[in-house]
Amino acid sequence: MQRFTELTATTVALPRADIDTDQIIPARFLTTTTREGLGDGLFADWRFLSDGTPDPEFVLNRPEHASATVLVTERNFGCGSSREHAPWALLDYGFRAVISSEIADIFHSNSLKNGLLPIRVSDDVVKLLLSRPHKVLISVETCTLSILNDAGNTEKTIEFPLDGFSRYCLLEGIDQLGYLQGQSDAITAYANDFADSTNPAL
Amino acid sequence: MARKTLFDKVWDAHVVVPETADKPAVLYIDLHLIHEVTSPQAFTVLRERGLPVARPDRTLATMDHSTPTTPVRSLADIQVVGPSAAQQIQQMQRNCEEFGIELRGFDSKERGIVHIIGPELGATQPGKTIVCGDSHTSTHGAFGALAFGIGTTEVGHVLATQCLLQRRPKTMAINVHGTLAEGVTAKDLILAIIGEIGVDGGTGHVLEYRGEAIRSLDMAGRMTVCNMSIEAGARAGMVAPDDTTFEYLANRRFAPKAAEFDRAVDRWRNLCGDVDAVFDREVSIDASSLAPMVTFGTNPGMVTPVDVALPEKPSDGSWDRALDYMRLEPGKPIAGTPVDVVFVGSCTNARMPDLEATANILRGRKVADGVRMLIVPGSQAIKAEAEAAGLHQVFTEAGAEWRESGCSMCLGMNGDTVDSGKLAISTSNRNFEGRQGIGARTVLASPATAAASALAGHVADPREYL
Repeated sequence: MQRFTELTATTVALPRADIDTDQIIPARFLTTTTREGLGDGLFADWRFLSDGTPDPEFVLNRPEHASATVLVTERNFGCGSSREHAPWALLDYGFRAVISSEIADIFHSNSLKNGLLPIRVSDDVVKLLLSRPHKVLISVETCTLSILNDAGNTEKTIEFPLDGFSRYCLLEGIDQLGYLQGQSDAITAYANDFADSTNPAL
Repeated sequence: MARKTLFDKVWDAHVVVPETADKPAVLYIDLHLIHEVTSPQAFTVLRERGLPVARPDRTLATMDHSTPTTPVRSLADIQVVGPSAAQQIQQMQRNCEEFGIELRGFDSKERGIVHIIGPELGATQPGKTIVCGDSHTSTHGAFGALAFGIGTTEVGHVLATQCLLQRRPKTMAINVHGTLAEGVTAKDLILAIIGEIGVDGGTGHVLEYRGEAIRSLDMAGRMTVCNMSIEAGARAGMVAPDDTTFEYLANRRFAPKAAEFDRAVDRWRNLCGDVDAVFDREVSIDASSLAPMVTFGTNPGMVTPVDVALPEKPSDGSWDRALDYMRLEPGKPIAGTPVDVVFVGSCTNARMPDLEATANILRGRKVADGVRMLIVPGSQAIKAEAEAAGLHQVFTEAGAEWRESGCSMCLGMNGDTVDSGKLAISTSNRNFEGRQGIGARTVLASPATAAASALAGHVADPREYL
């Protein structure tokens, strides 16, 4: 997993609520057996017209947003299907973080395991960020989102919640499988105690 | 000692290493369900690191998402739609062979939608922790299991260690009083619940469905309710097991047998919340006031009784956009809206009682001209059972298509799609934009409402066809 310590970036606003993972990456792109190349399908039904050409009206197709790497949306981003292809597609397209007032549980978990940072902030902050593109400084070390002015100075700093273990993994760029494997003695002991298909502890 | 909810009991019994401020809990997983779409990248990680599958005996594998449902005379005739889906299916076969996992593949009579076959085989049992790379894993909570969807990275974690790293979720009780009226089903109930708490009302929570109306449901109905917990944003949904649960499980393939079954039932009877257990949140619903429900928008929370005019709302971006996509107008009832396609199927509503409810309405009648109706059983076993009961004749005589099992038109990965602009009334779980095909418009409903609409040629109230 790519290390995530600090990021200075520009935001792009997608002012919609309840953006589900079927919109982020439609099911027809899920027949792949790898993680690569899913950026082509990101928001496919919104990005492309029925003839397959890019919709010039869709926000991500506008040239002024080409360099944005932080996506801002209204509440409940990533709801629906558990497909991890959603964070894979966002990362492959070039996004590094998503900001919303609410982020769906499974998408949130999947994002953290791939180095895509899900940032939950208040409705007011989302509203501000949806108003126009902003320059932001994101620190995983301090769990803060700083909104910068044109001169690059901090106008406002907001703390966001991030589980300590996920933060550690992001800062070190390590995945969680290694940690789980390190628990093998405890896992074996548990499995030996409860080896039967039914758990006698219940 | 603090009183425990059903969730607390199951969670606490599976903690291998307790959580701390710095570290999530290590949670043991009793049953891991895998399918072709969300597992290949996880097997790749195992291969790269030279790891075996820790517990192939606790891994139940099938293929459902991209499998064709076109009726075939023999297995050799099955044609997978598209080279990448075919490659994905071959990869699943290779992965299971290489890692020693029994695959319920094309040639298996036990093949079916992963959330249908787990219970059908008796692998889903009260008190178990069950996960799958699929959000509708919440279905299995109907048995008093703690069951939730995970991503592919976590599929890899479970394959490698049989454990997951998890933070303890919050709990929410959904208390359903009263009894459902005739023609009003488990599907209508869960749609009403989602409408009540919202598509993010359950975020961060495990739901426990309780009350008279839940107790009166059969296992199929309870599975329908728990299945759609994720559509309210919840991690999982649960129902405490009772005699209905135990009767369902008796003599199923992986259920304990004879004296062992009796001992298991004695244990399972303890799987209910303590009387004074406290939930983080409680919601009450009156089942007796409910009518058949249909969705009108582009998420499952945009739901209305079928016979009531669509609510008028102050202008709101999401609302306007949804109605515009659906080509529906506020102030008018959705009943009467012309239907192009009717889909009875999916992990939500493709079990035997769902097919019986569909047949009861279709029997001796004809699907309206110009309407295509697909009936897709949830598993090959259900297909056989329905055929033994003669239901397939009722369906085909009415003019519906009777197909092989699979996820099919719920998400249109296998070639079963709805054309752009067409309106489908569907017994599945998601009415998202484009879910059933690019530009497809989806109305979610119960099997009875779907069948009534197929006959009428427009969205119809099933109570007129009982």
